Amino acid sequence: MKTEKVKKRSMAGDIWRRLLRNKMAVVGLVILFLLVISAIFADVIADYDSKVVAQNVVERLQGPSAEHWFGTDEFGRDIFARIIHGGRVSLVVGLVSISVSLVVGGCLGAFAGFYGGKVDNIIMRIMDIFLAIPSILLAITIVAALGTNLINVMIAIGISYIPTFARIVRAAVMGVKDQEFVESARAIGASNATIIFREVIPNCMAPIIVQATLSVAGAILSTASLSFIGLGVQPPSPEWGAMLSSGRNFLRDAMHLTLFPGLAIVITILALNLLGDGLRDALDPRLKQ
Amino acid sequence: MHKYVIKRLLMLIPVIIGVSFLVFFIMSLAPGDTARTILGEDAPIEAVEALREELGLNDPLPVRYANYMLDLLRGDLGTSYKSGRPVFGEIMARFPATLKLAFWGMVFAVALSIPIGILSATKQYSALDSVSMVFALLGVATPNFWLGLMLIIGFSLHLGWFPSGGAEGWRSLVLPVITLGTGCMANITRTTRSSMLEVVRQDYIRTAKAKGVSHRKVINKHALKNALIPVVTVIGLQFGQLLGGAVLTEAVFAWPGLGTFLVNSIKAKDTPSVLGCVIIFSICFSIVNLVVDILYAFIDPRIKSKYK
Repeated sequence: MKTEKVKKRSMAGDIWRRLLRNKMAVVGLVILFLLVISAIFADVIADYDSKVVAQNVVERLQGPSAEHWFGTDEFGRDIFARIIHGGRVSLVVGLVSISVSLVVGGCLGAFAGFYGGKVDNIIMRIMDIFLAIPSILLAITIVAALGTNLINVMIAIGISYIPTFARIVRAAVMGVKDQEFVESARAIGASNATIIFREVIPNCMAPIIVQATLSVAGAILSTASLSFIGLGVQPPSPEWGAMLSSGRNFLRDAMHLTLFPGLAIVITILALNLLGDGLRDALDPRLKQ
Repeated sequence: MHKYVIKRLLMLIPVIIGVSFLVFFIMSLAPGDTARTILGEDAPIEAVEALREELGLNDPLPVRYANYMLDLLRGDLGTSYKSGRPVFGEIMARFPATLKLAFWGMVFAVALSIPIGILSATKQYSALDSVSMVFALLGVATPNFWLGLMLIIGFSLHLGWFPSGGAEGWRSLVLPVITLGTGCMANITRTTRSSMLEVVRQDYIRTAKAKGVSHRKVINKHALKNALIPVVTVIGLQFGQLLGGAVLTEAVFAWPGLGTFLVNSIKAKDTPSVLGCVIIFSICFSIVNLVVDILYAFIDPRIKSKYK
């Protein structure tokens, strides 16, 4: 028992050390850390009621200054405060929707890969149908049907990423299900559910973690896209895509309205992609030696 | 080879049926009474009921779906609630504009990404490699609609080189094509580079070099063809992104295509138009995937030989 524990810790440590050796991944990690901190303490950084949603016409469309770092929007609201609070929305939508797709898609993929045959065929053909619709289009369709609010956006994006996880988990499960440790679990009488959740899935976490990281980036982009075309988070809630959408009416005279929310999206997605790529390299057993 | 193509073509049928049913099902979840929407809030209940019957809205979902698909085969996608004109005509009038945008977006992406990817790989860790990889990383992370807005600010509002919207003449095509193609270009560049790097380490490349084949010939004749297989996959996958991205790009540039029509239809709660748009988009995407699969067989003889 004791040796197993030591071994487990050293493996995670190995991956961590390999990740930290990758400069790009560290950059991503640091940016993400700052984003998460600013999202958690958004209310401390800027009060929601007085700065994020309250209109202040006297100060409308001001450029960046010491008082308003990123300037103010067409209603005189502080853009920096709205970006910080918008980060909260983006991160929550990204994490919740990808958790949904991870759990649903992961289970479907695990069953398909583990049982094979008919189960596999039925599940994967249904996934193929979902994959035949470009994911942003699927999300647009779902939001169009269900109505535009934050919950529906999360459902829509969550559903649109299910097939991605189903595919990845299926492939990973098929790769490990015939190995000796699964056989030995079966030999000591473990049930299929125990084997899948205790033996198989923990052993195919690497590709799942990488895909989840990259998918959160995709989900944040989808949220911004939906909001940009008016199908996502509705004003006056601060959301990066929605801010871009209202800022486009002021492109000529007040470009800071569109510049900063866009940069926020780019930096967030860049950080997640760098981390995802770094994790892929750190978790790849081929690069271990 | 014929057998392979025919087999793949036949597989398209269940996919199209599945996709259209899925979209049909999702749209049927929309709350609200269609007949009521058309006739307005003040219409008498009898009239609404009569219209429901006439539109077949009282039929169960599978029956409605079957009727819809039979009509689709005849080129009938129903009537737009908003304009009162046939949806099929509305879509076909806008489809060429979207196709034009997607086509040039892809041409732009492929024409730049493959040479850059190859150069980056053959000169790994050079300044050119670093610069192009930084741009590729940024390209993947930049939302196309934001890029579009920034291009409008720079090239249309400040420099005045290109129009900021509409679709008249080649000038109006430049900014939307860059907007739409950049993300794809970044993705394809990265794939080309990593695939090329993998291939040039293979034994047969070393053998070719040992035989005294020139560097250029090794790259062009031996490495490129093998390196292109994953690139073709990514190009195929990117096409879906491109179709989805077209919706956003069209929204930025007021491009008179299917994406703009889709967004306007959603806002007007014009269900037949939304349904028609998404189904047409998805069928296109399925056909592109089919073409990509067939292309593989041409590039990779191992796939072709399976179907001899």
